Amino acid sequence: MAETLLDVRGLRLSFATEKGSVRALFGVSFSVAPGETVGLVGESGCGKTVTALAVLRLLQSPPAIVESGEIVFRGEDLLALPEKRMCGVRGKSISMIFQEPMSSLNPVLTVGEQVAEVFTAHNVCGKREAAERAVEWLRKVHMPDPSLRAREYPHQMSGGMRQRAMIAMALALTPSLLIADEPSTALDVTIQAQILSLLRELRERERMAVLLITHDLGVVHDFADRTAIMYLGRIVEIAPTRELFADPIHPYTQGLLASLPGKRTGEKRLPSIPGTVPDLSNVPPGCPFADRCPFRREALSRFLAREVPADPLAVCDREDPPLYEYSGGHFAACHHQRTVRGGGAR
Amino acid sequence: MLRYIVRRLVGAVPILVGISLISFLMMHMAPGGPIGAGTDLNPKATAESRARLKAYYGLDQPLHIQYGRWLVRMSTLDFGDSFSPDGRPVAEKIKERIPITLTINVLSMGLIFLVAIPVGVYSAVRKGSLFDRISTVAVFTGFAIPTFWLALLLMILFGVKLGWLPISGISSLDYGSLGPLGKLADRAHHLLLPVLLLGFGGLAGMSRYTRANMLEVIRQDYVATARAKGLPEGTVVFRHAMRNALLPVITILGLSVPELLGGSVIFETIFAIPGLGQLFYQGVMSRDYPLIMGILTIGAFLTLLGNLLADVGYALADPRIRQG
Repeated sequence: MAETLLDVRGLRLSFATEKGSVRALFGVSFSVAPGETVGLVGESGCGKTVTALAVLRLLQSPPAIVESGEIVFRGEDLLALPEKRMCGVRGKSISMIFQEPMSSLNPVLTVGEQVAEVFTAHNVCGKREAAERAVEWLRKVHMPDPSLRAREYPHQMSGGMRQRAMIAMALALTPSLLIADEPSTALDVTIQAQILSLLRELRERERMAVLLITHDLGVVHDFADRTAIMYLGRIVEIAPTRELFADPIHPYTQGLLASLPGKRTGEKRLPSIPGTVPDLSNVPPGCPFADRCPFRREALSRFLAREVPADPLAVCDREDPPLYEYSGGHFAACHHQRTVRGGGAR
Repeated sequence: MLRYIVRRLVGAVPILVGISLISFLMMHMAPGGPIGAGTDLNPKATAESRARLKAYYGLDQPLHIQYGRWLVRMSTLDFGDSFSPDGRPVAEKIKERIPITLTINVLSMGLIFLVAIPVGVYSAVRKGSLFDRISTVAVFTGFAIPTFWLALLLMILFGVKLGWLPISGISSLDYGSLGPLGKLADRAHHLLLPVLLLGFGGLAGMSRYTRANMLEVIRQDYVATARAKGLPEGTVVFRHAMRNALLPVITILGLSVPELLGGSVIFETIFAIPGLGQLFYQGVMSRDYPLIMGILTIGAFLTLLGNLLADVGYALADPRIRQG
């Protein structure tokens, strides 16, 4: 990658709780190039949203504490910016849309006011012009009857319309990066497709980069240039989307793809990954996935059955694997695959 | 909206009748009576003169007749005459007392809002800070101390020991000879302690309520949206969070009417303030039935009116209810 817009490097973040500090991110690294769409996929609680909120510095601190790492945006470390300049970044250079369109809009302000606020907050123009531009943007996101809708309140609109308003708000100042946190999850299927195609249309027109957070593999498959898989506060695999789907390396990614419906026929139950995600407040040492990993399980049972003299994957219980590079741009954090496939060190 | 208000007002009539019926029955269930107060200890009062008095006031009739008569009179807004020796119309007695009670309550209410809302908002925004902890202790202390007891302590301190403030009444003896400014100053001097105390008692509830609402609202998604837009913290707090947090306060305001009237009874008695509360107290002690019923009816009416105003105010402030 010649150019990077956003470069998150080794982000470690924890939350202070009453029972002590709980780490949520264990050294997350990824980058987003200008105009590129990166999908961030993982199950609930794996740290997707926390990563996004950390980039915009929207986590309340305390309890959130960034222990180490950098978030470099256009060559500047956002973590070192004073709050006032950070306000200038939010909504202008990096915007975010949230998962819940039903609760993400202020119930006592009209939708037009809320979109117009983006212009006045960043001193782009005066109030009157801001109101006109807000209507203009509502039109751009295909809000029906935009000048009328601008005077309405969120409760008068459907979920899809509210999410359109959120998108108008986020894109109003044509940011170079849009963080979309599950933008379609809370919507029904037809509206989901509409919102995604709207995002695709605007992404092309405004040539912005998108960090798309989702747990829907189908959405990233259609939408993202590259995809990162998160598990327990780490990125365990990151690759160009096409390659990730064609040749998943990490056993977790393999498990996820195998459990997608529609791949096989005739089976009544979908395959699933055995075990559960460890509790964040009590993460075992070593690879976070070791407990559920088929490779690790097999090696262990062979060792216990005395088929092999030594446990070949004892390293999984000791060391948290870093991301190893395989073919160009395909990284995965797995001890086993490294031995089998010979990944290079990152 | 107008239709809604009219409908609510019409609906209030049966409620008022119900309240008055219950009040009437309870009042008559209480031991003692208006005749006994003047005759029980009077050796010259004969059984015959008592019966005559009873008949004069209509107390010899069965209860339902008495209530019916009262209700018929009330329907023409006639509150009747007081049983007290002056025998003046109840309406007139209430009318001259209401402004004083209202002034004190409105002033202390204003004080509560002026102090409690900023304290609550600031405590919520800086949750866990030194200010938050100190204000929490202070308002809970205020909440825990019985106001009438604190009133007595402060009367001793400021009125007796220091002699800075008058301890009773609402005007000095030379009130009549003062100029307009002097009258105002004299009134303020007398009301200072009651208003401050009444306000202090209500501070805890309101500031904790504001704080709790504010904490609730700050966690909402739309506050995160506002921050993500790049709005400065001040705009996020005042424009996006506070407006939502203060909506329920309108309801509290409307619901506090009966509390104010009830509280005034104790308060005005302690400070010897010639207000509605004191009048009610005197009325109850002498079993002045028409007066008691008059004040209760006015109180019930004000309470219902307060509820209606709160609902209307809420609808005006919250678009979800306005159109819903």
